[in-house]
Amino acid sequence: MKDLRTHAGFPIKPVYGPDDLAGRDVERDVGRPGEYPFTRGIHAHMYRERLWTMRQYIGFGTPAETNARFKYLMAHGQDALNVAFDLPTQLGLDSDDPRADGEVGRVGMAIDTLADMEEAFAGIPLDRVSVSLTINGMAAPITAMYFAVADAQGAARERVVTTPQNDILKEFVARGTWIYPVRPSLRLVGDLIEYAARHYPRSNPVSVCGYHIREAGCTTAQEMAYGLAIAAAYIEMMVRRGMDVDAFAPRVSFNFTAWGKIFEEVAKFRAGRRLYARMLRERFGARDAKSWMFRTLIGGGGSAFVVQEPENNIVRGAYIALAAALSGAQTMALPTYDEAYTIPSAKAQLIALRTMQICAEESGAADTVDPLAGSYYVEALTNAMEDKITEELAAVERMGGIVDAIASGALQAEVARQAYRFEQALAAGEVPKVGVNCHVAEGAAEADPEVALYAFDPAVAETQVAKLARVRRERDDRTARAALRRLSDEARGTENLMPAIVEAVKAYATLGEINRAMKDVFGEHKEPIQW
Amino acid sequence: MKVLIAKPGLDGHDRGAKVVVQALRDAGLEVVYTGLKRTPEEIVAEAVEEDVDVVGLSILSGAHVPLARRVLDGLRAQGADDVRVVVGGIVPPRDLDALRALGVSRVFPMGTPLAEIVKAFQGDLA
Repeated sequence: MKDLRTHAGFPIKPVYGPDDLAGRDVERDVGRPGEYPFTRGIHAHMYRERLWTMRQYIGFGTPAETNARFKYLMAHGQDALNVAFDLPTQLGLDSDDPRADGEVGRVGMAIDTLADMEEAFAGIPLDRVSVSLTINGMAAPITAMYFAVADAQGAARERVVTTPQNDILKEFVARGTWIYPVRPSLRLVGDLIEYAARHYPRSNPVSVCGYHIREAGCTTAQEMAYGLAIAAAYIEMMVRRGMDVDAFAPRVSFNFTAWGKIFEEVAKFRAGRRLYARMLRERFGARDAKSWMFRTLIGGGGSAFVVQEPENNIVRGAYIALAAALSGAQTMALPTYDEAYTIPSAKAQLIALRTMQICAEESGAADTVDPLAGSYYVEALTNAMEDKITEELAAVERMGGIVDAIASGALQAEVARQAYRFEQALAAGEVPKVGVNCHVAEGAAEADPEVALYAFDPAVAETQVAKLARVRRERDDRTARAALRRLSDEARGTENLMPAIVEAVKAYATLGEINRAMKDVFGEHKEPIQW
Repeated sequence: MKVLIAKPGLDGHDRGAKVVVQALRDAGLEVVYTGLKRTPEEIVAEAVEEDVDVVGLSILSGAHVPLARRVLDGLRAQGADDVRVVVGGIVPPRDLDALRALGVSRVFPMGTPLAEIVKAFQGDLA
């Protein structure tokens, strides 16, 4: 019989039975949904009371174009937004910066000043729609702009629900939109968490992402372990800053993928919820049950989508949606079938949204809570996954803890090793991929000419640069300069930088200027390359 | 053969670049990796300083045409026209001709098997 293994690395038996659960305290480890340790889900009735939020990742071109796509998807039943920013915005470069050449509005929308944010959310009531902002190094100023727009709309602060990603640690490992060195970057993460907890209590000021690290190549167990370790690092930092853990932990959220083997993914989340609940209660002493809950977006997994026979990716997306539903997702997002080709077309995005809706409405996956509970296989896998995640957490400790492992590049090296190993397994056919290494059709390696490619419009940059020049001309320059000076001064100290950032944003200082004011003090991160 | 694998522009996706670095090293090539977010000018300078035979640009943001152009122009300006340039990443078919016209020796679009990349470095690029 063929030897089969999980992505996490342990063997899968052909049959599971009661013996595989012998000696386990089911009442303690599995428990009931909505109760500690939340193995079966964080709510007692899960989707019967509230379906997962559907939140596709959108953003391209100018704020006005993105605004139109937001409204298109909302008209088709999408109930929340997830904003993509272009790379200059993510890295704190203005659209007229020479380094932004060719990148303005390309992989997301361009934001230079508060004026752009006002345009992006024009006509979208921010006290009713929840919005994720996929922004990290620049999370503090971009979220400050978002809050300013919400305030200007007259939204009550306690009704503003936004989730800036604000997870800089994973950016050093995967995705790469770091700017400052690790320590000052962490300070900004903390400043935003603290400020949001105080002023916008329903915002989720950090979304800890195992997702991108998995996309960069790590295993399922490592994805969960690194995510938990990074969350612990942020929580520890906030506690050290003097915050009560229950004052912010209920608003900590997560972002994970589910593209692999369905039952392994489900087990990963069941084990992750259990480990997180225990960590919060036992290690951090949280007393509020909401602090113990691992609330997560599940989805994505673009790395699982391939060029060959792209329509097959729609089918892969449906399995990801099913895995996410069975895993107890609070929010779901799917990659689009044209992922390996282009910025998604409106049609591809609609298919992804419809896939989630079919899963929710037609498949029955949402009918009852944690339907796989009690399966010999899934319960045994959950236990095995818990052990493996614990092992990976210990490996992180041996690297000096998550922050040092990232600062030294040791974690990045491990992830790259796993990515290479995966590629070799793919080449050897050990990881099957239909149309790629098995059931390969004649000529299937060629790209499909029928996939409509996103027509990047160079005029976007011109429009954006002209608008930026106009904002600079029309603003009160003295107020903007004074705010930037205040920001630089405070960056030298230790107080929370958010009030200074909010002031700069409201004075229409540009993102590039705000970034420079901090970079002058913090310096730049130097990437450790263990190669 | 000596190779420089480089990440030009602002794109932070380095999984592919790091996998290729490891595969080429396993195949016995000498490989230098630049790390993220290098300007074309920095890449040209490093290629000249390290005296490499091939520069591999990994780009997933869609900005491959302008970035490859600047690297090739820079190499020519430095009199390093003998350095071959290859591109890997999300490159749609419609851009293949444009890259070749710029003087890019080979393009490895998304979905290219690793073995094929290694073979190219051992074969016609060698």
